[in-house]
Amino acid sequence: MSDATTPVDYRPMWEDLNLDLEMHDALLTAIPQLYKSVFARQQNRPEGMQYFDFVMREIHGLRVKELDDFRKAGNKVVGVFCLYVPEEIVRAHGAWCVGLCAGAEFGYDEAERVMPRNTCPLIKSFMGFKLARVCPYVEESDLVIGETTCDGKKKAYELLAEVQDVWVMELPQMKREKDKRFWRDEVRELVSRVQDLTGNTMTVESLSTAVKEVNDKRRALQRIAEARKADPVPISGRDALLAVQVAFYDDVGRFTEMVNKIADELEERVAAGEGVAPRGAKRILVTGTPMAVPNWKVHDIVEKAGGVVVQEELCTGSRYFDTLVPESNGSLDAMIDAVADKYLGINCACFTPNQGRCDDVIRMAKDWNANGIIDYSLQFCDPYQMESTLVERAAQDAGIPHLKIETDYSMEDVGQLSTRVEAFLEML
Amino acid sequence: MRILGLDIGSRSVDAVWLEDGRMVKHAVADSGFDPAAVAATFVDLRHHDVLVSTGYGRHTARARFGGRAITEITAYALGASTLFPEAASVLDIGGQDTKVISLGPAGKVADFEMNDKCAAGTGRFLEVMARALGFTLEEMAAEAMNAENGVRVSSMCTVFAESEVISLVHRGEERARIARGLHDSITTRTLSTLRRVGVRGPLVFAGGVARNQAIVKSIGSGFAGDVLVPQEAQIVGAYGAALDALRAG
Ligand code: SF4
Ligand code: SF4
Repeated sequence: MSDATTPVDYRPMWEDLNLDLEMHDALLTAIPQLYKSVFARQQNRPEGMQYFDFVMREIHGLRVKELDDFRKAGNKVVGVFCLYVPEEIVRAHGAWCVGLCAGAEFGYDEAERVMPRNTCPLIKSFMGFKLARVCPYVEESDLVIGETTCDGKKKAYELLAEVQDVWVMELPQMKREKDKRFWRDEVRELVSRVQDLTGNTMTVESLSTAVKEVNDKRRALQRIAEARKADPVPISGRDALLAVQVAFYDDVGRFTEMVNKIADELEERVAAGEGVAPRGAKRILVTGTPMAVPNWKVHDIVEKAGGVVVQEELCTGSRYFDTLVPESNGSLDAMIDAVADKYLGINCACFTPNQGRCDDVIRMAKDWNANGIIDYSLQFCDPYQMESTLVERAAQDAGIPHLKIETDYSMEDVGQLSTRVEAFLEML
Repeated sequence: MRILGLDIGSRSVDAVWLEDGRMVKHAVADSGFDPAAVAATFVDLRHHDVLVSTGYGRHTARARFGGRAITEITAYALGASTLFPEAASVLDIGGQDTKVISLGPAGKVADFEMNDKCAAGTGRFLEVMARALGFTLEEMAAEAMNAENGVRVSSMCTVFAESEVISLVHRGEERARIARGLHDSITTRTLSTLRRVGVRGPLVFAGGVARNQAIVKSIGSGFAGDVLVPQEAQIVGAYGAALDALRAG
């Protein structure tokens, strides 16, 4: 960690990246304010969360500098938007993967010039960040890897490709045997694409190392998740969500170490019966569309109303960390298949059918002793909104109260949403 | 024990005082520009031991006067089911939003729905339309009931409906028929929400708009079950808030 007493001037770096400094300043003023309003003044916050205060403070600073240095040393950085892009493959070629967050209402004017207004905020925001030139991560990406998940993203990648190098992986829509074979092939194509990009060849050793590193990262997050089963809960939902959000772009080794430290602390708390909310606080499982930095809206509302979010069935939640790639060392071919299969196992609403997700939601609600489920979807997200009927039915069948929230990144509806969430908590 | 229940809404501030569990007084005032100041006059009016606030200004009230805060959903459920123990559901059309509640045992909320973000079909909507027609709210309701039939008003958005009404007036449509059309469209919309949530009767219709006889009548004839309207439809929230103090002990 850098020395906080000597503030570094990152402006020359941002200028080199061709960011719009004025717009970028506006963004960098907004994020810390929002961060403070959501994360400051939490009672009994785990000590280890200071690391994330630091990460958020340096969100466009130190981490971007690390990427910058890494690239200047001749290495490559790959940007991704979706869970299905295997980080292991990228790392096994000596490149780094960064998640391109798109959780703020920014650059919408630019985005709306090329896409309809009623586009999901996640897509509009990533396009807006790119076109308004405010995201250093996308500018540090030598290649963006997209995927054919929802229609909105699929088409947006065509537009993005006009201003950025983009490679799109074709993701099947079903999970039959032939889809599995198809996806394994697709992952092999990714291997050659990343090989072209980096000039490096993947080996059994490099892939094993990458698999192990990324698994370790996921295991650390699993430990946090496990600790959240306790009542009182040892960490707020906001903090746990933040940890997963940061996992997408932080240095893998450092992140894993820091998260393991937090997990140690949480396990001690659980043993001592300590927590961040009183025992018996209403426990909520959140499911739905991904929440990218700085989208903390739902968690903030729930926890300020006295509830606690105990688990997220989200891409910025369990879908990110609950399965691992097997670490058995076979041939390179067998290892690539194992990577491909692990990813195809993720349960995203872009697949049909997607019963696995409803099963996950109910199983998790039970395992984490949730009093209620909040099903969150972004506006104009067809896959998740359609599926929410099935989630609701599964919740009803399991006898777990359920609240559906449809929202965007704006703050306009916070008053109304708070009333609904408070009423939901009162009803539990 | 003396309990004060306050419902600080966007259009009115309502207060109910309980002594030994019985209502001894109630009051309603316009929210004005500073609802908290209006609430303060109620707080100072009589001594109370316990205060529970609800409504859109509940957090402000709690910060300023102490006590607890509960949502309108919980308050209306409790108030309505105490007034009508046989009730199975509640419809509240207030100043700025509409809520539909399915009741569980003992006045508990089993499920609810709220319209988000928009004043369509609420008290505010009626006020704006009455003004556009040059009626008071009471006149508009009376005219609507007397009209043989209504002119269709297609928009439910307050802003669009207002300009639609103005152009209907300019076209020479009868104001009473426009009033009827507006009431019909609120009714249609409300009935479809009730169907969507799937509530059963008897339904308690509360909130400011429940004082509008034209709407009460048309919802009564459109809804499959019984519709019960409290005598003081506006204070159900404040009453429920006060009752919650008894429940919390
Ligand atoms: S929700 Fe589906 S498409 Fe979106 S990031 Fe997650 S896995 Fe990818
Ligand atoms: S939130 Fe929905 S619409 Fe938006 S990118 Fe993800 S799947 Fe597509």
